[in-house]
Amino acid sequence: MFNTKTILATVAILAGLAGMPAAQAAEEAPHIEKQSWSFAGIFGTYDQNQLQRGFQVFREVCSSCHSARLISFRNLAEEGGPGFSEEQVKALAAEYDIADSTADGGTRKGVAADRWPSPFATEQDARDANGGALPPDFSVLAKARGVHDAFPFWIFNYFTGYSEGGPDYIHALLNGYHEEVPESAPHNADGTPFELPEGKYYNDYFPGHAIGMAPPLQDGQISYEVAEGEAAVPLTVDQYSKDVAAFMMWMAEPGLVSRKQTGFAVLLFLVLFAGLMYGTKRKIWAGIEH
Amino acid sequence: MSEHSTYTPGSGIEKWLDERLPIIRFSKEHLMDFPTPKNLNYWWTFGAILVMCLLVQIVTGVILAMHYTPNIAMAFDSVEHIRRDVNGGRIIQATHAVGASMFFAAVYIHIFRGMYFGSYKAPREILWILGVLIFLLMMATAFMGYVLPWGQMSGWAATVITNIFAAIPVIGTPLLELLRGGFSVGNPTLNRFFSLHYLLPFVIAAVVALHIWALHVPGNNNPTGVDVKDSRDTLPFHPYYTMKDLFGMVLFMIPFAWFIFFAPDILGHPDNYIQFDSQVTPAHIVPEWYFLPFYAILRAIDFNLLFIDSKLLGVIFFGGSILILFLLPWLDTSKVRSGNFRPMFRWFYWLFVINFVALTYLGAQPADGIYVLLSKICTAYYFIHFIVILPVLGRIETPRPLPTSISESVLSKSHA
Repeated sequence: MFNTKTILATVAILAGLAGMPAAQAAEEAPHIEKQSWSFAGIFGTYDQNQLQRGFQVFREVCSSCHSARLISFRNLAEEGGPGFSEEQVKALAAEYDIADSTADGGTRKGVAADRWPSPFATEQDARDANGGALPPDFSVLAKARGVHDAFPFWIFNYFTGYSEGGPDYIHALLNGYHEEVPESAPHNADGTPFELPEGKYYNDYFPGHAIGMAPPLQDGQISYEVAEGEAAVPLTVDQYSKDVAAFMMWMAEPGLVSRKQTGFAVLLFLVLFAGLMYGTKRKIWAGIEH
Repeated sequence: MSEHSTYTPGSGIEKWLDERLPIIRFSKEHLMDFPTPKNLNYWWTFGAILVMCLLVQIVTGVILAMHYTPNIAMAFDSVEHIRRDVNGGRIIQATHAVGASMFFAAVYIHIFRGMYFGSYKAPREILWILGVLIFLLMMATAFMGYVLPWGQMSGWAATVITNIFAAIPVIGTPLLELLRGGFSVGNPTLNRFFSLHYLLPFVIAAVVALHIWALHVPGNNNPTGVDVKDSRDTLPFHPYYTMKDLFGMVLFMIPFAWFIFFAPDILGHPDNYIQFDSQVTPAHIVPEWYFLPFYAILRAIDFNLLFIDSKLLGVIFFGGSILILFLLPWLDTSKVRSGNFRPMFRWFYWLFVINFVALTYLGAQPADGIYVLLSKICTAYYFIHFIVILPVLGRIETPRPLPTSISESVLSKSHA
């Protein structure tokens, strides 16, 4: 049924398909260590405890500058997410004042259906408070960042379904700060040493290395609650950044778990169905020279 | 090839209908009894796969349009709304986005199959030309569809691609403003792209109908390229090819589903999850993979030629690289259709495929250093293949002896 030509052609076409978003490659981006995420792979699913910890990091640290305008409080209680109860979410929402022109005094207590309130009223306010830089919205940020793999490694990503470039980048970024410009910093085009603009911080992984965000996490900064009978989670920047990156992936892709579960059933069906179709086709064509 | 129908109206109603609108007779002739060469291989199933792709795009697209808002302030969030809040929206949106890539993957296979087996040669020139027209319409539709989510790549693709038209002398600037609906890419651009993105698939469907009509006049080409001689060479389309095509479609759905459910974003670009900002240029503006070969050709031209500046020359090469396909039936001078019987053509065919893949790769690389030189070489070879190699090969090549008929080739193969 398949001769050498067919195989050759298939290889050529696959190579073509794979050749596509070699796109990014470009400048020698620093190598980003890939982490092992619970939501990677065909059977990937979010770790509820990790999402709850990540939410804590987001709420206590990130959300003082970063908005998440597409996230509603109710999402936190939805299936496949951090798994808070509806009561917890109601109580959480009620802790926030929501701007509402129809309410007395222009604000009211939040309800589960409200969106996550933004820390700044306008983009200009956000810039003014952050030295001119705009802290990006978190809603889909985990999918708006990626990791560049060198040729030929990105080819394998199509077969492994690697989609965790965003969390990998976020984790690397949060661990990539230096107090002073390191030796490894690239030199300017004219050979002069790298100079950090005022109010910026040096980061190995941020494009251009000068990032406006001060190192947001320190070891021991956030105390995780440890449930009875569970091992304590290390209170390190590495752990915090993993947790918040996982939470950001959930914000960007809240339906990931059900999508992968459906996908497994769909693929299983298609493979079995294709087998049956092939058998039927063979039966119909039996006895025909072709 | 009409009048091969064995249809006799069975009941009174069928007879009544047959005298007024012979739609059952037509269906039986063209969807069931149509004589089809018995030796078609699996590359021939991509016609049916493409019909499936078009239908999937139209059905998912119509549903997406029910929830999408074509306004620059709301478009980005409305796509996220579809993914997050619309029932089944996550899967429908992913199917539509991945579907565009699968559609192009299938159409490239279909085109390269036609090129190898000489399916464009007489009497199938019109069939081929209609196919190139469909390819062009697909490119326009896909480009405009990619703009609709209004991410960074959407907006910048719209900016860069509409800018191409500005290079055309005299009418360039008015044309650019007409396309954009203003001086820069903005709300009018998004609105007209949405309108046209909804219209063009139906134009494609109409040209597909003509394409199939043009197929059903001479009938299918086949891997030997030898004309059908008598009924021993053919099988009725149903059940033989309906079944084979259905199997092909199900097989095609497996990688399709893999991308939808396990890597829906891998064929796109992360930057498209950032809302379009005309003040912030992304580090690399890269088109979708299916445009990369032609994008590489556009960028390869960075020099002036006589009075033509590099920008216009790039556009001429870019347009020419697609328009030259219309002339393919007359550029290939060989009387033998199938590459299987053309010993020299086979080598040049695969060289052309490799060159095309190389152009795809180069289209994704930054336009500097060695990549510029390689792009120029590959662009030159792309045109040399059509303008020099194909016309010359037909004259100097000695084809291998052709089988006298399809059934003879089938029998000799099964005894070999």
